[in-house]
Amino acid sequence: MVVFPGSNCEHDVAAALASTGADPALVWHDETSLDGFSAVVVPGGFAHGDYLRPGAIARFSPVMAAVERAGRAGVPVLGICNGFQVLTEAGMLPGALGKNAGLRFLCETVECRVESSRSVLTQGVARGSVLRLPINHYEGRFTCDESTLGDLERAGRIVLRYCGDPNGSAARVAAVANEEGNVVGCMPHPERAMELLVGSVDGRPLIAGFVAAAERCARTALSARAVS
Amino acid sequence: MQVAFLAEVRVKDGVADPEGLAIERALPALGFAGVGEVSVGKAIRFVVEAGDEQAARLTAERLCEALLANTVIERYELSVLGGAPAAGRPSP
Repeated sequence: MVVFPGSNCEHDVAAALASTGADPALVWHDETSLDGFSAVVVPGGFAHGDYLRPGAIARFSPVMAAVERAGRAGVPVLGICNGFQVLTEAGMLPGALGKNAGLRFLCETVECRVESSRSVLTQGVARGSVLRLPINHYEGRFTCDESTLGDLERAGRIVLRYCGDPNGSAARVAAVANEEGNVVGCMPHPERAMELLVGSVDGRPLIAGFVAAAERCARTALSARAVS
Repeated sequence: MQVAFLAEVRVKDGVADPEGLAIERALPALGFAGVGEVSVGKAIRFVVEAGDEQAARLTAERLCEALLANTVIERYELSVLGGAPAAGRPSP
């Protein structure tokens, strides 16, 4: 988990990953290498206080060059909430996240439909599944131009869609992926839907799918090194 | 030389501006009629050290494109403070 000054979800993400058997580690934003990691999560929070725009300053942190390299190399990269904002600002995902349509900070559990299993986040969940996931944001409205939205729809790159319309997102987009499906941005918080005690366990198949993708990446890297 | 700039960042045409809309809708209740097209943005001022005004303007534009405006959803207008608006065109 990449940690910026102001990130606040890294421990919940670490706990969620650890609960599925993964080995999470926190990486401070001024690190320049992510060598040895099989997956990267950019967690939620308020990186750099959301100054100027959420994610606008975080994307210039030293670690982001390594995050971009990892994304290009096919390593699973998941941006959650503020992390999604950072990835769009960094150009790793299309569009932008603007202020919610109702200008209210939303803190609620919403239903999201899995629109595509072709991503490191949703590969373990059947298309059409409805998941109850918490959202917690003031600037979660996904915006992009018509042409980009058309491309995303046609390519199956919208991976989660809100069943309702909490924040005015274009096409009710809750999560999108890059073309290869290894870089995903997700506004809802799967790491907060891991225990019945907090209301939903629907985050578990998402986190498990992401960890499975990381394990596959680790095995591929090992075999690549064995070959070379 | 030092050139002082004002960058005004607003949402692009066609992008929703919920703040502007919220203000616009509140105006009749406050007794203001006939006020519309409210748009809310940011004003950022900075000073560029450069050899000449053209070089300063290029730096200012690069700064706007790279950081001050998210050009996916925002436009910017640059003006030189203490003088005429920068001859460079506003972004679309």
